[in-house]
Amino acid sequence: MKSFENLLPKLVIAPGFVLGFAFIYGLMIWNGVLSMTGSRMLPNYENFVGLDQYAALWEMDRWYVALKNLGIFSVLYVGGSMLVGMVLAIFLDQKIRAEGTLRTIYLYPMALSFIVTGTAWKWILNPSDGLQKLMHDLGWTSFNFDWLVQSDYAIYCVVIAGVWQSAGFAMALFLAGLRGIDDSIIKAAQIDGASLPLIYWRIILPILRPVVFSTILVLSHLSIKSFDLVMALTAGGPGYATDVPATFMYTMSFTRGQIGLGAASATMMLATVAAIVVPYLYSELRSKPHDR
Amino acid sequence: MMKLSKLAAAVAFVMAGSAAVAGEVEVLHWWTSGGEAKSVGELKKIMQGKGHTWKDFAVAGGGGDAAMTVLKSRVVAGNPPAAAQIKGPGIQEWANEGVLANLNDVAKAEKWDTLLPGVVADVMKHKGNYVAAPVNVHRVNWMWANAEVLKKAGVASAPKTWDEFFAAADKVKKAGLIAVAHGGQNWQDFTTFESVVLGVGGAKFYQDALIKLDQKALTSPTMTKSLETFRKIKSYTDPAAPGRDWNLATAMVIQGKAGFQFMGDWAKGEFAAAGKAPGKDYICAAAPGTANAYTFNVDSFAMFKLKDAAAQKAQADLAASIMGTEFQEVFNLNKGSIPVRLNMKMDKFDDCAKLSSKDFVDTAKSGGLVPSIAHGMAVSPAAEGAIKDAVSQFWNDDKISVADGVKNIAKAAQTK
Repeated sequence: MKSFENLLPKLVIAPGFVLGFAFIYGLMIWNGVLSMTGSRMLPNYENFVGLDQYAALWEMDRWYVALKNLGIFSVLYVGGSMLVGMVLAIFLDQKIRAEGTLRTIYLYPMALSFIVTGTAWKWILNPSDGLQKLMHDLGWTSFNFDWLVQSDYAIYCVVIAGVWQSAGFAMALFLAGLRGIDDSIIKAAQIDGASLPLIYWRIILPILRPVVFSTILVLSHLSIKSFDLVMALTAGGPGYATDVPATFMYTMSFTRGQIGLGAASATMMLATVAAIVVPYLYSELRSKPHDR
Repeated sequence: MMKLSKLAAAVAFVMAGSAAVAGEVEVLHWWTSGGEAKSVGELKKIMQGKGHTWKDFAVAGGGGDAAMTVLKSRVVAGNPPAAAQIKGPGIQEWANEGVLANLNDVAKAEKWDTLLPGVVADVMKHKGNYVAAPVNVHRVNWMWANAEVLKKAGVASAPKTWDEFFAAADKVKKAGLIAVAHGGQNWQDFTTFESVVLGVGGAKFYQDALIKLDQKALTSPTMTKSLETFRKIKSYTDPAAPGRDWNLATAMVIQGKAGFQFMGDWAKGEFAAAGKAPGKDYICAAAPGTANAYTFNVDSFAMFKLKDAAAQKAQADLAASIMGTEFQEVFNLNKGSIPVRLNMKMDKFDDCAKLSSKDFVDTAKSGGLVPSIAHGMAVSPAAEGAIKDAVSQFWNDDKISVADGVKNIAKAAQTK
């Protein structure tokens, strides 16, 4: 009986584990296989071409643009959301009056889908109908904010929309973390004569490292997933200036009938993400016992 | 009890009877704008008149990208629609996968071989068997102009050469209006580009460069001149163009906010739906330099292999209806294109359609009839997509020099 009791949790989790393993890793392997075939419109397993698709991928200018955009977008999106979220959380933590209301307002954008965010910001950032026109109508006729239609700056518009959406989420996580900090540590620091900014920088932020870790993990997966935001806001941008690997893969696989190339780009996306996330995961999960 | 079972039997009988006669056709298309939706409605009416049910499967997106994606997932799942709006080399790619139905019975009964021009019939066949039914012939190298705007700006008539065009565009700009209404989507950039290449280089150069994808033609001085002209057009568009749908750009011309638009004759459907008259409210002219050339875009419905017998019968009726005189006339009157069926009476069609029909026959004889690369009639989707990317990048990024633009396009043309 006792051994059955020990076995029961494992039995309950087993189906979910097996399915998850099969569907996540199994499909990753299938995608890898597909990337080594010459599949065009529909999967074609007889046509094995080895690494030709990867060679073709790395010769495409559009792929380099997509990778560059992913880098810019991820760094600015994660960094920006966390910075804005942290600032908001610190301000909200000061025991102000309308804290509940403000917290809800800042968290609202998170409830919108990326499509809604993308469409709304597309209208706001449109030079002829949105913010620029508003400023012109109000009298500032030399105001210029046509980033959305400029190939070089369009990606920063995607960053703005993304940070607007997720800063509230980061704020909520940080606020929860801040609330979990023991007051006595802060009081002890204040007795020692530390100024408030110093307290935040040297004591509170390091304590929040686990929260920072989870926030980065959630935000980076959201940033890689940002297919719908890019599609709704710029549909790939003027030309393909705001293409990201997700939209690149979609276009190649389904619109252009080059499934092999799309699969190769998906594998590259996986490799890039794994190369960054796995070491970070490893270092964070390993060093935790040391910190305690 | 007896009465109930008799009633049940009667109901079952009726249902079985009707099921044997009426099939369901699910038709995938992307005709969602005003004029286009009306046109598809005509086919639905005809099919319903024959007793079949019509399941509309409209997926919006002017160039058909989203529709094609949805189609692939349906075919791979083993549940294809009865018909899908596929055209050009795409038909051959699908036929190679072995999923298209053989329409030879319908084609023989309706005498399609005698009713279709050779260049069109070849595209509808795969290894000699009909697999698709053509719907219309669109001319892509049109230029649309608002007559009122031209009068206000002091432009006498539609410009015939690119120099005349830029002079006219300057006048429109000076009158305070937008010269060229453009929608910044890559297929629209490409549509304008192919008209420029046709106008600057002529039909033979267009064929060498954009259909045969000959590297020498793609890197020649004529291509350089084409790109320079193409870039010059951009200065006459408005800054809010990126992302704009084609029918919204046409609306700008209809409402008198802009002077010209380079778009295929499906734009005429928009003018018609808005109640405008050709010659009076709007002018249709071949894009500058392309009066003796005709870039054709033939829409067609490819038929997929179905398992259900009733659905197959409905599909055969659909194919026959599409090539029938009633549909050909009523559909094309609403859509802005001309019938693909030869020897149709053109009385009810307006002057622009009559001009299109005349030019279609003339250019077929003179060699000026060329397939549109921007609309998937000429090369494989992979090559078309890569060239479209390069052209669109050149249009949107002013920092790309003309020489680099030529290089990028030539490189993209090598995509397999």
